[in-house]
Amino acid sequence: MKRASFNQLGLPVWLLLPQLVIIGVFFYWPAAHAVRSSFYLEDPFGFGSTFVGWDNYAGLLASAQYVKVAVFTLGFTFLVTFFSLSIALVLAVKADKVIRGTRTYRTLLMWVYAVAPPVAGFLGVMVFYQGNGPMTEFLALFGYEFRLGVNYYDTAAAMVAVATWNHIPVNFIFFLSGLQSIPQSVKEAAMIDNRSGTRRFWDITFPLLAPTAFFLLIINITYALFDTFGMIDALVKGEPGNNPMTLVYKVYVDGFRGNDLGGSSAQSVILMVLVLVLTVFQFRVMDRRIHYT
Amino acid sequence: MVHVALKSISKVYPNGVRAVHPTSFDIQQGEFIVLVGPSGCGKSTLLRMIAGLEEITEGELSIAGRVVNDIDPAERDIAMVFQNYALYPHMTVYNNMAYGLRNRGMAKADIDAAVSTAATMLNLTEFLTRRPSQLSGGQRQRVAMGRAIVRNPALFLFDEPLSNLDAKLRGQMRIEIKALQRRLGVTSVYVTHDQVEAMTMADRIIVLNGGRIEQIGTPAEVYHQPASTFVASFMGAPPMNLLPAHYNGNGRVHLSETIHIEAPVSADYSGQVKLGVRPENVGIVDSSHPDALRFDLEFVEELGAGRLLHGKLGDSGLIVHIPHTDPIPGGEVYVGLPKSALVMFNHETGMRL
Amino acid sequence: MTVAAAPVLVSRSRARRKISWQTISDHAILIAGSLLMILPVFAAFMTIGASDVEISRHGMQFTDGSHLAENFDKALFTQGGFTGAITGSTMLLNSFILGIGFAIGKIIFGMMAAYAIVYFRLRFATFAFWVIFTTLLLPLEVRILPTYEVVHGMGLINTYTGLILPLVASATATFFFRQFFLSIPEELVEAARIDGAGPVKFFFDILVPLSRTMIAAIFIIMFVYGWNQYLWPTLITTDEAMFTLVRGIKQIYQSIDGGSDIPEFGRALALAFIAILPPVLVVVIFQSWFVKGLVESDK
Repeated sequence: MKRASFNQLGLPVWLLLPQLVIIGVFFYWPAAHAVRSSFYLEDPFGFGSTFVGWDNYAGLLASAQYVKVAVFTLGFTFLVTFFSLSIALVLAVKADKVIRGTRTYRTLLMWVYAVAPPVAGFLGVMVFYQGNGPMTEFLALFGYEFRLGVNYYDTAAAMVAVATWNHIPVNFIFFLSGLQSIPQSVKEAAMIDNRSGTRRFWDITFPLLAPTAFFLLIINITYALFDTFGMIDALVKGEPGNNPMTLVYKVYVDGFRGNDLGGSSAQSVILMVLVLVLTVFQFRVMDRRIHYT
Repeated sequence: MVHVALKSISKVYPNGVRAVHPTSFDIQQGEFIVLVGPSGCGKSTLLRMIAGLEEITEGELSIAGRVVNDIDPAERDIAMVFQNYALYPHMTVYNNMAYGLRNRGMAKADIDAAVSTAATMLNLTEFLTRRPSQLSGGQRQRVAMGRAIVRNPALFLFDEPLSNLDAKLRGQMRIEIKALQRRLGVTSVYVTHDQVEAMTMADRIIVLNGGRIEQIGTPAEVYHQPASTFVASFMGAPPMNLLPAHYNGNGRVHLSETIHIEAPVSADYSGQVKLGVRPENVGIVDSSHPDALRFDLEFVEELGAGRLLHGKLGDSGLIVHIPHTDPIPGGEVYVGLPKSALVMFNHETGMRL
Repeated sequence: MTVAAAPVLVSRSRARRKISWQTISDHAILIAGSLLMILPVFAAFMTIGASDVEISRHGMQFTDGSHLAENFDKALFTQGGFTGAITGSTMLLNSFILGIGFAIGKIIFGMMAAYAIVYFRLRFATFAFWVIFTTLLLPLEVRILPTYEVVHGMGLINTYTGLILPLVASATATFFFRQFFLSIPEELVEAARIDGAGPVKFFFDILVPLSRTMIAAIFIIMFVYGWNQYLWPTLITTDEAMFTLVRGIKQIYQSIDGGSDIPEFGRALALAFIAILPPVLVVVIFQSWFVKGLVESDK
């Protein structure tokens, strides 16, 4: 709030109202509904529901399939975050360093930001197409038969590759602008103090990028958890079957395909708690790191 | 004629912090008042209360005979120049000046006339179609002035308007603002933390500290007869020398066991005091002089127009200002403290005796 | 300065001897990265020139482009899907409606709310702030099922309102604008108040013009975000006439493995290309605004 603000009641209430109404109807109500449904067992034919307490949650944790999906989500998130962050960092450092062409490289490396995940997934299907996709043929040269949609690990690998490809641009944009915002005087001081470029990077540049990197870490985890839905849906061609899937995809599959409203809601609630924990963690660490920026 | 009257105005923020203690003073028609003090002394809060940008917690404020406590800033017939100029970045110089007039519903022709008069006065005519980002710092400062002038207000308010300029430009704008104010005859309240601006521009200075008025007076009064040790050390560069001493009511001040001189005043008080003397009023004297005091010269600061001699009188530090025409004294140096230039302060309260 | 300059010179001249190799390897890495980004899309685009038979036989390929026009024509103007009620151009239109409607909705609601929170003294401002900003924590994907039920209950299935409004129900734009408003010098409001501008005048005369770049940046980010939505449109649009490109493509390539006919690869690839083009163009053309908006507002 500003020091000298306008002092009236009517107008700000009207200004806030549309946003509050939309949020109330399409956010808080559904969220509350999800929490409520997670404690009920819905009759699949729509004849009422029964309160079952924590049964839905207990059922999930006992389900081998749910645990498998959770483990896959964890590994998938880790790999996508790791690869897209590190590739983007290398590219950003190089793009910041070259004297000519920084802007051109920036354009070439960022435009994929605008490619929708499901479309990226479709391109992935084409690239890894069983039998004649370019990557499939390339791997066949080494005697490996890549079977997208058939082999669990092959499909998982394709998912990681497509998600990484799709998410490098965001990381690159943030890393590059983080690098460019390091004051010239600091870079010059580092030049004077340290002759080795590698040492300069780890001693000076990397610590100054740490807040950006941490922020991106959270962004990447959120991306891998939620925004990859369309990509996965494309790669498994809407037929999960024995294919790997993430927790969010399972919420959808159980809720809309399996009509397991209670179980799906319980999964939603677990994800909500996960995001909340992640955010609280982010604020905690960000607060402590704030001096760096 | 009293133009602006503050009666026990005070400011307490919602979080309980008291920024301004009850404060009263009157401003005469056409007067240039400077509020000066260190940061956090409440000078800006006071100005913003006069402007109507800050609510007055208690007390009564009247401008031109009208109580304005609950009147909107736009209706108070004031104009304000801000520290960062607060020019509208997306508007041309012309529109920056005209915006307030348009909002008052003034006719287009009248706006044109007012803006072009102000622009001529401030040498801005050729910049009227530019935007603030295309102007230099000094020009922006002038536009901010112009925006205030076109309103033809009853009261000008300045909130540290020169502190974003470099030293040379600041000196020049100081003179321009003062000249303009003389010419227009508009009552002005000017806030600054720069004591040079206060000294050079003010008809009367109000020195603030910790939300309270320390002294109100002409620049000469504030400089030569400071009401407290705070004023003595805040005004002037270098500040007034303040020598710890003892006074026992018998007309003499003891700077130490052995050094004592005639007291400047005969106060009904005895105890610890501070003896104040401006560096330029300390004279280098011959050892034979009756009131000569031994001065241990430590180093000399060259100022060009004069010199500052830093050293010790007994155990306390003393700065002496001598004109550049005088030689730098060598060997044993003696100084004299002329009685007429001395002021004495209560050691406990800091108030002048 | 002269003292400081000496070591720099030394390190510069030292670098000059190695400069060629260092620079070449830097550029090689960047070119490899650029190729990694470009090749999949480029290959897909080149393949559009082939016939379905050729594609199903050889996969992605470089072609003479003889079937390019045919495939784009099919993609845009031939009716397809299960019911045969939708053409690519209708999906394109729906995508624009979603992208633009979403972006405008976000900006209008976000600016209004941020203005109220930043510039007014409200007793419940802190409360409103938290109510609004909690929504940043939970993406739509997490509460997809109950949101669907709410929208379904309101009879908004297969409507643009039902498609757009629930997506608008998060505070990203409000947050961006709040950050931006807080960075505008306070004296500007004060000057405006002295100049006789009330809250409405200040908003339209000062704040909106000042926010132009910010509005443009947020529009671009939100347009791309809206255009690229998939899960929500998949649930909320069952009528094929409501399909967006991103959602509709699936319908076509899903039949790749299904039918006994030769799948319509060419058409699917052409549609994918049309789906990619508008957001990519927006991002590339308005690059500097986009990057500024993304980097400054996300923190």
